Amino acid sequence: MGFIHPYERPNSYIGRTLPRSRAMRAVAGRGRYTDDITLPRTLHAAFVRSPYAHAKILNIETAAAKAADGVKLVMTGAELAEMCTGPWVGTLTVFDKMKAEPQYPMAVDRACWHGEAVVMVVAETRAQAEDAGELVTIDYEELPVVIRKEKAILPDSPVIHPNLGDNIAWEKTLGTGDVDKAFAEADHVLEETFEFGRHTAVSLEPRIVLADYDPGTEHLTIHTSSQCPHMIETVFARTLGVPEHKVRIIAPDVGGSFGLKIHTFGDEVAATAAAIKLARPVKFVADRLESFVSDIHARENRVHAKIGVMNDGTLVAAEIDDLSGVGAYSQFPRTSVFEANQILHITFGPYKHKNYRAKATVAYLNAVPTSQYRAVGHPIGITVAEHMMDWAADVTGLDPFDIRRKNVMEDDSYPQIIGSGLPMKDLSHQACLEKLFGLMNYEELRAEQAEFRKKGIYRGIGLASFIKGTAPSPVGFYGAGGARIAAQDATTVKLEPAGGVIVALGVTDQGQGVDTVMEQIAAAAIGCSMDMVRAISGDTDATPYGGGTYASRATAIGGEATYQAALDLRREILHMAGILLQTDAEELDIVDGNVVDFGSTEARIPLSEIGRIGHFQLGELPNDYQPILSHTRRYRLQDSPYIYTNGIHGAYVEVDVDTGWIKHLKHWVVEDCGRIINPQLADEQIRGGCVQGLGGALYEHCIYDDAGQLQNGTMADYVTPMAYEMPDIEVGHVETPTSESELGAKGAGESGTGAAPGVMMNAVNDAIKGLTSGRVTEQPIAPEVVLKALGKI
Amino acid sequence: MSEEMVTVNMTVNGENVTKTIPVRTHLVDFVRTELGFTGSHLGCEHGVCGACSVRVDGDVVRGCLMLAAQAEGSEVVTIEGISDSGEISDLQDKFVERNALQCGFCTPGMLMTAAELLAQKTEMSREDIREFMSGNYCRCTGYHAIVDAIESVNNSRLKG
Repeated sequence: MGFIHPYERPNSYIGRTLPRSRAMRAVAGRGRYTDDITLPRTLHAAFVRSPYAHAKILNIETAAAKAADGVKLVMTGAELAEMCTGPWVGTLTVFDKMKAEPQYPMAVDRACWHGEAVVMVVAETRAQAEDAGELVTIDYEELPVVIRKEKAILPDSPVIHPNLGDNIAWEKTLGTGDVDKAFAEADHVLEETFEFGRHTAVSLEPRIVLADYDPGTEHLTIHTSSQCPHMIETVFARTLGVPEHKVRIIAPDVGGSFGLKIHTFGDEVAATAAAIKLARPVKFVADRLESFVSDIHARENRVHAKIGVMNDGTLVAAEIDDLSGVGAYSQFPRTSVFEANQILHITFGPYKHKNYRAKATVAYLNAVPTSQYRAVGHPIGITVAEHMMDWAADVTGLDPFDIRRKNVMEDDSYPQIIGSGLPMKDLSHQACLEKLFGLMNYEELRAEQAEFRKKGIYRGIGLASFIKGTAPSPVGFYGAGGARIAAQDATTVKLEPAGGVIVALGVTDQGQGVDTVMEQIAAAAIGCSMDMVRAISGDTDATPYGGGTYASRATAIGGEATYQAALDLRREILHMAGILLQTDAEELDIVDGNVVDFGSTEARIPLSEIGRIGHFQLGELPNDYQPILSHTRRYRLQDSPYIYTNGIHGAYVEVDVDTGWIKHLKHWVVEDCGRIINPQLADEQIRGGCVQGLGGALYEHCIYDDAGQLQNGTMADYVTPMAYEMPDIEVGHVETPTSESELGAKGAGESGTGAAPGVMMNAVNDAIKGLTSGRVTEQPIAPEVVLKALGKI
Repeated sequence: MSEEMVTVNMTVNGENVTKTIPVRTHLVDFVRTELGFTGSHLGCEHGVCGACSVRVDGDVVRGCLMLAAQAEGSEVVTIEGISDSGEISDLQDKFVERNALQCGFCTPGMLMTAAELLAQKTEMSREDIREFMSGNYCRCTGYHAIVDAIESVNNSRLKG
């Protein structure tokens, strides 16, 4: 007798591809997104937004709008501020000496970016609200615009927020070893500067809230497309002065999020305030044009990098200096400096050099606030490091695979501390690298590339190794940093009277398959079939408090909570069965929803009987035993700041050297996300993540002119990847379970996005190698960037 | 300014409907809010993303670029209609089996367009599928699984 881990059992649900129940209804058009829900007497909000990047608000005239058809409320930023408990301040105490200007949900006396909400109009229909918005007259006095990060940090720059003294939000340096000495002793010292364009999430379903306040019960219910319902509950309650326990957040189906929907947006708070004021439901959905000027943006970095390399290819030192251009405010409550912080920590993370120095400077700009978006900072840091490694391979005459073989941390060398000071364990750089080498048929691919080159066809092969921080701990940034953002997560697993199992989750599902994965974990842990299990997520009234889904944490953190809660329920079922069967619980097991004798499959009592007796026939049980049959477990990381994952990408591209056009032919990924619960869902997270990263690498760019006007805020002008430009993506895995948890799962949602930009830049540079002394060092890699590197323009 | 209204009559998913609506109502808003067919989604409202794709008189069109009044007398089919008819049940099953969708927001439009492609009943390469599907954006899947699903259904249908 004894305990067999559910993932070690034959035919376990852990490690098996199963379809998602949400997929079945989505293909029939039966998905339920927030905009599909309309409550009785629902009103609609629209916003008048600042046409200027920086302007003082002199006067707002609303009389005509108030008199327009269907209008129920016109509210200015100043009026909204009076309904708020105070402004937001987007700092965390862990970011030493960080500065942030207090911010209200709408502009009060000054607009600080093109698109900042200034006036809200609420009417019977959205069209009426928009019509009335056009009748609002606002007098502005234009103020100096700060839009270029390089200029923003100069002493003579205008200062966006005079109270802060300058435009610098935060500066940070870190490192280890003697970098200067190592550079002095290196055989080769290479230096380069990289530019990364600003981009944004473009979730196909825009941001949306449907707020409903009942003045009788003083309950506030908000349907919203959110990854983090409990955080939204906390922020909205505290901002609007509604007791937190009287707020319910429901996130129905979420139409894409990618980090966008972990944030708090002023227009959503405004619509909620209107619902409270009017005591009627108010819906606000950002249209696509206002999404571009109000959704968080991300990236916008210039990074100077320097490495020291020995003749044999050994990396001996690395240094980076990052300048990040964020927006007009630091996004509350997660801040706008996380991206820079991640860049400092993960750059050159796969490699075992001993000397590292990194500096970040974060500058405010009169632009949309930036904040966490899928793979935060990783695309920047990985691109920089992997470009430098390929360059070092060139200089030392090594193959890109070989220089990585030489420098990655050995698989048997953990625990290790990398140059930025982060602890690493349970990684598999070497195994991933060798697996990719085989998957790509690397040597044949090189031969093919050479053949094409003879014909004047320029193909390139890229590699990019990476580490990816997933599933942050409460000692890292959020909890310890003072923000009320849960890094723990919780799951309740309960046995229902008919033997079904409900799994109520603090983490949420935006289509990754979190619900299904948790059902698989619970079914495997309990020993019942999947069709007896139903997950509930995205409703703060029905689920235990948790952080939701961000930072690739759902399976790694929520999964362990589910696993442990399900094991608790399993233990109780066996305990109760032991009483009923007058058998030692240790002698019993659960298989296919039946309690059996250990080693047998013959049912002695089904879970439906346990459920029935546990809820209705308690007289059959001794008086000193009150069944619970509902178990909640919380889980947080204890020793590590993150669960790090690792892997490597490969890319094969063709560059048209006359037009600069890049055709992406094939993409490979080998990664290690620990124990895999559902192989297909893991693969699809990787694939989707890659394409999102490739979007930023090749096309996506929020372009501001010198006046701070966003120039391309439509989906026709802001280009996201389409099917035709994207390649097939082959995915392989190495499974090294994390030693942090019993389940052993690590995060999988972001690494594709993290490493795809770097592998793309390397592949393009490989394609044009020898044609030019120039290299592509800028993203997005638009055709003119390639032509510039080729010296053609 | 009072709202100018128009009475429209059309067939939607096989049923005859007559409604008096503001003249500026787009077809996709009409089917969503007037008729409750919420399977068609608004992703961009300027004709780029394809999430609002519906079939009008046999052709797949952008429901956000067409006014409801322009569909007067037409035969309109939404994802709910082609789901109920069973026309694309093989494709829907394959999308689920292959996980060719994640958030599902683009999926109804993706399926409408894929149905049009598959109706050509011809051999097609993955490249052909990618090109045809390029008017429908997906932010989640990276497209690979969508191409797999369509390719597989086309091969099955051609084998008959």
